[in-house]
Amino acid sequence: MTNNYNESLESKLKETTKLGLDVVKESTEDRLMTLSVGPQHPGSGHFRFTIKVDGDYIVYCDPDPGYVHRGEEKMCEYRNYIQNIPHLERPVIHDSTNITYSYSLAVEELLGIEVPRRGQFIRAIASELNRLVYTLYWLAIYGIFLGHSTMFMWPAGDRELFIDLLAALTGARVTHAFNIPGGVRNDIPEGFKNKCLEYVNYFEKRLKAYEDIFYNNPLFRQRTENVGILLKEDAINLGVTGSVLRASGVAHDVRKVEPYDVYNEIDFKVQYMKTCDSFARAYVPFLDMRESCNIIRQLLDKMPESGEVRLKLQSNPKGRIGEAYKRVESGRGALSYYIVSDGSSKPYRVKISVGSFRNILALPHLLVGSRLGDMPSIYWALNYWPVEADR
Amino acid sequence: MRDINNDINESSSTDLNIVQSDLEIENSLYSKLSSKFNDKVQLIYTKPNRIKIYVKPEHIVEVAFFLKAKLGLDHAESVCGTDYPNENVIEVIYHLNSYANEELSHIIFALSTKTDRDSSYLPSLLPVFKSVEYHERETYEMLGVYFQGHPRNERFLLPEDWADIPPLKKDFRIKGR
Repeated sequence: MTNNYNESLESKLKETTKLGLDVVKESTEDRLMTLSVGPQHPGSGHFRFTIKVDGDYIVYCDPDPGYVHRGEEKMCEYRNYIQNIPHLERPVIHDSTNITYSYSLAVEELLGIEVPRRGQFIRAIASELNRLVYTLYWLAIYGIFLGHSTMFMWPAGDRELFIDLLAALTGARVTHAFNIPGGVRNDIPEGFKNKCLEYVNYFEKRLKAYEDIFYNNPLFRQRTENVGILLKEDAINLGVTGSVLRASGVAHDVRKVEPYDVYNEIDFKVQYMKTCDSFARAYVPFLDMRESCNIIRQLLDKMPESGEVRLKLQSNPKGRIGEAYKRVESGRGALSYYIVSDGSSKPYRVKISVGSFRNILALPHLLVGSRLGDMPSIYWALNYWPVEADR
Repeated sequence: MRDINNDINESSSTDLNIVQSDLEIENSLYSKLSSKFNDKVQLIYTKPNRIKIYVKPEHIVEVAFFLKAKLGLDHAESVCGTDYPNENVIEVIYHLNSYANEELSHIIFALSTKTDRDSSYLPSLLPVFKSVEYHERETYEMLGVYFQGHPRNERFLLPEDWADIPPLKKDFRIKGR
């Protein structure tokens, strides 16, 4: 059929040339259309990427982040170790405990101090609660951009439970500034333990409902299964992290490979899948939420009944000359701080390496060759938070 | 629809717990390097789960190839440039880590090199580690280090009309500070 079509096309062309008319052949460049996705587009966040489409297929993709670049690293050099905490959580306010966690760990190494045991447990509890808050927020966005508005409403509503818990614990709904070098800002309030257990038990039942309405939804499955395949070796080469990496069959979780604080006393499993598609990237955070509930329960159980929660520091502490590199597992993968100290009370250099910035390298890799309609399911499954990537 | 339960994998809780006490792995990494490269590599420090090596720019590509091919450090977590105006150098550090080799996945290998502050040129490690592509681009615009061999030494995070010196250099001052 194709041959016949080509032959008839060529004979027609010959006839045209006989008549003395110019034949204009369509070149590939003429067929391509350049589209700019974002930064105002609600489907991209504060992030722009330019794509070229050939019909329905994406043939080129160039990410252009930086719309919310605030120069966090430069700002750190002007403030002392304690003053840095409130602005460092701005890049990802929905996961603010985790982004200040590794900062605190690095500063503690430079100051040469150790956190009291009860403080370490409270840190880990706050960190796990915040991971749930972040993942629910991400899930809500993922749901709505795949056209599933129930999946926007439910996580956004259930997220309030953990925001209430964190508000009771820290005094703020999203920007907690709770982790400080030396421990946490305050002890847990009265009745927190029972309330926390109650909410976590309720939430585990809700997870079953999420699975029924969203992950087992045939429409959702069709839009994500076998879409955007990121093979294991590609994932390793591109250096992606977090749920994107674990969806490609690598069981790498910083809480397990390099346990910080009390995570080596907790019995939990690294959740990973080997299907490498968008569905796996959407399902691994869900499995992580289930594991987080399990971790929170163990942390509450093992936490010492009384004791100090923070080490009293002198005001304006000075770091030892040297450097520290600390990482934690955040909602978007490994989140690490590299801090150089010159012996003064301000850091000489702070480098923040975040999961989002590492995961966009996979975006051109996944989008080129896929269809335009698959773009939302690929892009949002990368667990990308533009503000965090820009810093 | 396929059955999800067949796809889920869980790593058991004990096999990944690596407890290091006496810097055995860190020191063995350095001894492997020094037996191959002799005095081309210089050990800065080893501490639990961390090792830092200094390499001159002209040897960094071959050392990086060795680290990837022979020692199994397969990706870079971050690339960080630090400006030292007093010594007139910019230090660039690649923080390398391994996903495939579980024995090394708790190690952060810092591969450090230095370049002149006035004419900052370094060979790009992009042919070795695909993961440094955006990190090197960020280092170029934030510190002005030109990576030879990198296809796009150009603006990434800064505004399109940025017309000042690279902002993470120490002589760039925030207004009013």
